[in-house]
Amino acid sequence: MAEIRVEALRKNFGDFTAVKNSDFTVADGEFFVMLGPSGCGKTTTLRMIAGLELPTSGRIFLGGEDVTFNRASHRDIAFVFQLFALYPHMNVRRNMAFPLICQGMPRQEIRTRVDETARLLRIDHILDRPVSGLAGGDRQRVALGRAIVRRPKAFMMDEPLGTLDSEFRDLMVRELRELHNSIGATTVYVTHDQVEAMAMADKIAVMNHGVIEQFGHPQEIYDRPATMFVADFIGSPPMNFLNVEGGHAAGDARVRLSGVEVAIPELREEVEAGALVVGMRPEHVRFDDASALRGEVIGAEYLGTTQIVTLLLGTARLKARVAADVPVREGESVGLTFDTARLSLFDRSSGRALASARDDAGAVLRNGTGG
Amino acid sequence: MSTSTAHSVVEPSRLTRTVAGTLVIVYALVTMVPLAWIFLTGFKTPPDSISYPPKVVFEPSLEGYVNLFTTRTRQTPEYMESLPPPQTWYEELVRSRQMVIAGPSKFGERFLNSVIIGFGSTFLSVFLGTLAAYAFSRFRVPLADDLLFFILSTRMMPPIAVAIPIFLMYRTLGLSDTHLGMIILYTAVNVSLSVWLLKGFVDEIPREYEEAALIDGYTRLQAFVKVVLPQMSTGIAATAIFCLIFAWNEYAFALLLTSGTAQTAPPFIPTIIGEGGLDWPAIGAGVTLFLLPVLVFTILLRKHLLRGITFGAVRK
Repeated sequence: MAEIRVEALRKNFGDFTAVKNSDFTVADGEFFVMLGPSGCGKTTTLRMIAGLELPTSGRIFLGGEDVTFNRASHRDIAFVFQLFALYPHMNVRRNMAFPLICQGMPRQEIRTRVDETARLLRIDHILDRPVSGLAGGDRQRVALGRAIVRRPKAFMMDEPLGTLDSEFRDLMVRELRELHNSIGATTVYVTHDQVEAMAMADKIAVMNHGVIEQFGHPQEIYDRPATMFVADFIGSPPMNFLNVEGGHAAGDARVRLSGVEVAIPELREEVEAGALVVGMRPEHVRFDDASALRGEVIGAEYLGTTQIVTLLLGTARLKARVAADVPVREGESVGLTFDTARLSLFDRSSGRALASARDDAGAVLRNGTGG
Repeated sequence: MSTSTAHSVVEPSRLTRTVAGTLVIVYALVTMVPLAWIFLTGFKTPPDSISYPPKVVFEPSLEGYVNLFTTRTRQTPEYMESLPPPQTWYEELVRSRQMVIAGPSKFGERFLNSVIIGFGSTFLSVFLGTLAAYAFSRFRVPLADDLLFFILSTRMMPPIAVAIPIFLMYRTLGLSDTHLGMIILYTAVNVSLSVWLLKGFVDEIPREYEEAALIDGYTRLQAFVKVVLPQMSTGIAATAIFCLIFAWNEYAFALLLTSGTAQTAPPFIPTIIGEGGLDWPAIGAGVTLFLLPVLVFTILLRKHLLRGITFGAVRK
């Protein structure tokens, strides 16, 4: 088990920069998720930590030791691939024993270890089967088993649930997290699926275009997105953005939306004219007939316990998550209010979050009082 | 589900199947008849083999095989009388033709030359091809595309076009009529096919397998041997068959560059002369025996060959 530290890590493929100056530390025993759209550099970062790619510049430390230029085989890291990469010419037992054979472990001990790991993953009944006939979930468990059986310093997982169907994925998400809780190994997990990330991670890094946009706890990332990209990428449906006209000075706590004054968390910095964007999660939009701010209902998706109502506010579209039993009709005009304390403010030109009164209350929000 | 009217879109109809079946049978017959004729000729007596009209029904004889493996001399009846009775069935057979066995023929040697040169060059082509294909597939080789084109370009002319330069080169280098020379020559011709075929197979094997092995603690060479090679076995088998068939059957260069020590069976067989012309039964026997190794090799690797040819056609 070990801490993973990455310093100013950079990777170029020709003219293309896959990873730009990444810095982060994964504490010992932490479940760390790198989340982002495809091509954002998350897999490249993972492969550099594992030693499958060499960085263009920067350093990687594993348990305090500089492993930047060490061979993959000398890093003592286990890797679970998206397509599992189970050796097709070996059966399950041979697959799981393969890394141990390399270490020159005595046969009897290999047997014991493999049996032990197989029991942990509940695959002891398929140990003598060829891997080619296995179902997706079993393949997944065998791939995990091959990683765990070595007791490595850290686990790297590259979208290991990407090929499973959704029902199975939910099950594996729970199993993976339970497994992590029981063995407590430092894990770096790459995914583009925010649900997986939110459900499993201790810490998340959201990446885009080779840059880590935000690094933090799942709650932090959801409640206090550092950039518009993160706000848009996380959450389903994503955060609503409303453009606000006119410039704003530090200390402003009100903006005009569709001609109506709306309260926002007090700004702590100056914003250029037309650059202020107010962001709100759909669940922080409420219907209130008394409100002067009116939106027109243009559609609703029924989701069982809640429904997502799409509204037209001036020219902007806005999604609201309301209880499923609230009656809505298309074309109807409804009054809207926002949960002022939960609004996010962004600078449209740079995309970054603006300092506001919410930062004072940040600690409270992180503790999940608003949830 | 109605069975009378419904027919599958993918399953061919009864008529299509009948026509296709007939065509396959006709084609098989056309290709099999010459082989069958050669096989039968091997068991005819010399007069039967050149009789007109040709004999389809005849009394089988092993004379062709005996003639193939021996050299014989005709003797006077007086000398034949003076000999002790024949010890073996083949001596008896030869003596019935008023001849005695003078010694073994060169067929055994020539056949062994074919085995050494054929399998030697096949092994070398596949060995070099495997390594080159792996390198082209996995590493960033400078000018990889140009090199691959260059390798392919060696196939763009009939090899016989360079027969004279090669003949002169081999004479200067002392490679004429040597096993090494023939192995090098056939390898040079086959290696381009081998690289290209095998590269296709390596490309189909996901890199993740090797990466998994690297992370599991193995070196790249170990990963290649333990993980990549077993998965390439199909491709290697298919490639080996193609290479062997070429090297085994090659006639023109063998005729040009070998005459004695390194002569292979193909230029030797047509020169088997009997009394008053070619010894057709011996030639038939020689060809039959000559076909056997490739037949056995192909049957042994048949499963791989079939999979090898259709490999990559459908994504697994």
